[in-house]
Amino acid sequence: MTRFVRLWHYLTRYMDNFLLGGVLLLMLIGLVVLYSATDANLSRVTNQAINMLVALTVMWLVANIPLQHIMRLAVPLYMIGLMLLIGVALFGEIQNGARRWLNIGVTRIQPSELMKLAVPLMMAWYFDKHETTLRLRDYAVATLLLLLPLLLILRQPDLGTTLLIASSGFYVLFLAGLSWRIIAGLLIAGAVSLPVLWSMLHDYQRQRIMTLLDPSQDPLGAGYHTIQSTIAIGSGGVIGKGWQNGTQTHLDFLPEKSTDFIFAVFSEEFGLIGNTSLLLLYLMVIGRGMVITANASTQFTRLIAGSITLTFFTYIFVNIGMVVGILPVVGVPLPLISYGGTSMVTMLLGFGILMSIQTHPKLVKT
Amino acid sequence: MSGTVELRNHRRELRYFQFRLAVSAGFVLLLFGLLFARFFYLQVSQREHYHTLAEANRISILPLAPNRGLIFDRNGEVLAHNYSAYTLEIIPSKVANLEATINELASVIEIAARDRKRFKKLMGESKRYESLPIRTRLSDVEVARFAANRYRFPEVEIKARLFRQYPKGEGTSHVVGYISRINHQDLEQLEARGDSTNYRGSNYIGKIGIEQSYEKELHGITGFEEVETDASGRAVRVLSRTLPISGNNLKLSLDAKLQEVAEQAFGDRRGALVAIDPTSGDILAFVSKPGFDPNLFVDGIDSESWDLLNNSIDRPLNNRVLRGLYPPGSTFKPFMALAGLELKKRTPEYTISDAGYFSLPGSSHRYRDWKVGGHGSVDMHKSLVISCDTYYYGLANDLGIAKIFSFISQFGLGKLTGIDIEGEVSGLLPSQEWKMRRHKQKWYAGDTISVGIGQGYNLATPLQLAFATAILAGNGTAFRPHLVKQIQDSKTSAERDIVTQPLYTLNLDPKNLARVHAALVDVTRPGGTAARAGEGAAYTFAGKTGTSQVIGMKQGEKYVESKIQERHRDHALFIAYAPADKPKIALAVLVENGGHGGSTAAPIARLVIDYFLLGKLPTGAAAETADDEEGGGHD
Repeated sequence: MTRFVRLWHYLTRYMDNFLLGGVLLLMLIGLVVLYSATDANLSRVTNQAINMLVALTVMWLVANIPLQHIMRLAVPLYMIGLMLLIGVALFGEIQNGARRWLNIGVTRIQPSELMKLAVPLMMAWYFDKHETTLRLRDYAVATLLLLLPLLLILRQPDLGTTLLIASSGFYVLFLAGLSWRIIAGLLIAGAVSLPVLWSMLHDYQRQRIMTLLDPSQDPLGAGYHTIQSTIAIGSGGVIGKGWQNGTQTHLDFLPEKSTDFIFAVFSEEFGLIGNTSLLLLYLMVIGRGMVITANASTQFTRLIAGSITLTFFTYIFVNIGMVVGILPVVGVPLPLISYGGTSMVTMLLGFGILMSIQTHPKLVKT
Repeated sequence: MSGTVELRNHRRELRYFQFRLAVSAGFVLLLFGLLFARFFYLQVSQREHYHTLAEANRISILPLAPNRGLIFDRNGEVLAHNYSAYTLEIIPSKVANLEATINELASVIEIAARDRKRFKKLMGESKRYESLPIRTRLSDVEVARFAANRYRFPEVEIKARLFRQYPKGEGTSHVVGYISRINHQDLEQLEARGDSTNYRGSNYIGKIGIEQSYEKELHGITGFEEVETDASGRAVRVLSRTLPISGNNLKLSLDAKLQEVAEQAFGDRRGALVAIDPTSGDILAFVSKPGFDPNLFVDGIDSESWDLLNNSIDRPLNNRVLRGLYPPGSTFKPFMALAGLELKKRTPEYTISDAGYFSLPGSSHRYRDWKVGGHGSVDMHKSLVISCDTYYYGLANDLGIAKIFSFISQFGLGKLTGIDIEGEVSGLLPSQEWKMRRHKQKWYAGDTISVGIGQGYNLATPLQLAFATAILAGNGTAFRPHLVKQIQDSKTSAERDIVTQPLYTLNLDPKNLARVHAALVDVTRPGGTAARAGEGAAYTFAGKTGTSQVIGMKQGEKYVESKIQERHRDHALFIAYAPADKPKIALAVLVENGGHGGSTAAPIARLVIDYFLLGKLPTGAAAETADDEEGGGHD
């Protein structure tokens, strides 16, 4: 018994128990909701559980890697990612009207997923290198590092991923001390350039934004998702309709109910009480991420930990915001709960980095 | 030195970083607060609203159409019933390429050109999302064949439906009428009446006849089924069910056998016959010839069949009983005679010397009798038996139009009889007021003369003539003529009889009535205008022949039947009742272009009464044209 406990302690010595607990709890909720969302489809639930095991393994592996090694990977990872994105732009496969996948012989990969971590890593690495001499020029270079892949992904087009990478990059810039004046300037510039951006958007992207402003405009078309998800949530009331009793879910009124709109399933069946509990659980995980960030000893670890934590938050906010009808419909999953393996792995890879930062001996600058 | 700066810088940097992190945390809390506010708004403030929406999503109310009430004749013979059959239905607005779908369907199930035309016509008349039949009454083989190919036709549904059928077909078409699919106009009317919810599941509505006029009784009450449906509209389970209540059955006063006898008596002739029980107002037979097959209309008639019926020179869709207007001709005379006696303008003994014409004092215009040279000495009895015109010219002149109008309108002429089916017209019993109103002209004494023999402005429907005859036969007691005798409540199976209280009873001198009756009995005896038709009758058979002109004759021109085109020949009329002393049946017969009443109309009456009173079925061909002399007014 004690040997087993000792082994467990050995294996989890680089795990952050608080974070691990939160992640496991969220995953458990995810499986429970998925069981309902798939109408008790055990094979899909099992599939998701396997996804989770894979992601947890990745997290464990990454957590065991000291940060110096990860830092060394930042530049090559970014370069490879960038080249793959260019590859996608040139030879990518088109699926559902978007060019996101690259066939590399053995398998198809989606390089934009890799960039979700590679971009903040690269930016954090850059700021770390220029820590002592930070000037405006450095922020400009870092911004360029962000914009390059961003434009390539926006062209695919993939609004959800663009948004997430943009925010992860912005968080690095912000935490690295980008001056408020520039932030304000960027906000103004952003507001001014909105019409230009609008003209660059694809029709379906515009449609999504228009639909957000008035879902009833097109109740059976683009507005359908939002209308049905708000009905699901609203009709859930305070205590919800009970597990597996959501009518919107089980009578198929909810679209994409096991992936992007899984929150509506949860919300319909568990009500305001469930929503609030879930939000608090997420908040605890985010809070832990912030504590780890605050305790991080180097510029690189601070920036990457902060970016990972805030990006995790961004996932949650964008997904729930879309499902409750305050944000346009963009393809962003609800972290640790939506069905799907790729985003789960990316997410836990980030958590692995957080754990590594927290659990490896702190590097003290000499 | 530089080390301290760096260290201080580092500390400052760290503090600054932590400030930024705190700002981020605030940002996170703020946005999570926003999410929570949204949850609260959706799940607490607006919960009821979204709950309603979710329920509306989930629950559909499906109407359950009631079974339509059946229609029987007075002896329980079925005149309209329902049978269950399969139909193939399409919702046109849900099909991308309708033509292609129908063509493909035609490779599996026979779809005739007629079906396609009918479907097109229905599409024009229907609501947008209505499911319309492309093929009805599928055979078992066809049902099986479609079922095997069903996967190819996701838009086509096979449904079991109740169909209306009229076993007597043409024979009762003008009485029973028909139902047909609800069209836009019907829908508007239903909405105006506030009945549209009760028709949510109904596709059919009565269009004419009993089916139309007793729609409320026949339709029944729609039931509802609450079903849970999924997003694709499929019913998942039934939550509750309120069963429909079938429509009430109707028992008509009509005698289907009698109706058949009358029908057949007409042969190929056009015309109308109405037989009424003078003691109750029960309509025993109601024939308008030609009829049409009401079964054609039930599923929507195709345009070809419709054109054929609608453009036919025989006008089979015209209900001659209710809407055919004919001058009553000499059938008017019994009522005139009674008026003369009752209003003391004539005594039974008063005799005229008929030279074959009548002239108003101070006028040279001659109103001619139908018989050149006249009938010689004519009293009232003889005036009816031989149908003397001259007698009635003089009587009309003595009575004056005002008295004729007020007396004869008591027999229901010139106004609606109030029969219990819609569509009757009121005919015309002229008066001074009417002429002033209608023609802005004053009434001339000459106008009265031709009114006296049922011509001139006079117009009556066969129903009105039968009604008037029934009042005369009933010695002045009027019952509202009606077709429905009993309503059988489908829910309680209680039988509600239509009460037959007299509408009114005229205060007539029995002696005067007896004289008119006696004369009318002699009409069917040797020497009378309908002697041939009355030959060998085993009951006292009272009647009066009549002829109503189709084209006017110029002064002095002679009417020669053989010289006139068939369609321009006079209409033959006959009113009758029997047994004369205690009438059980009163009727009016009209044969269009039949010539003399005595030769074509009276024999039909005889056959009908023979069957009704004696149960005698006619042998051989229907009434052959006889050569009995009869007079109509040819002025």
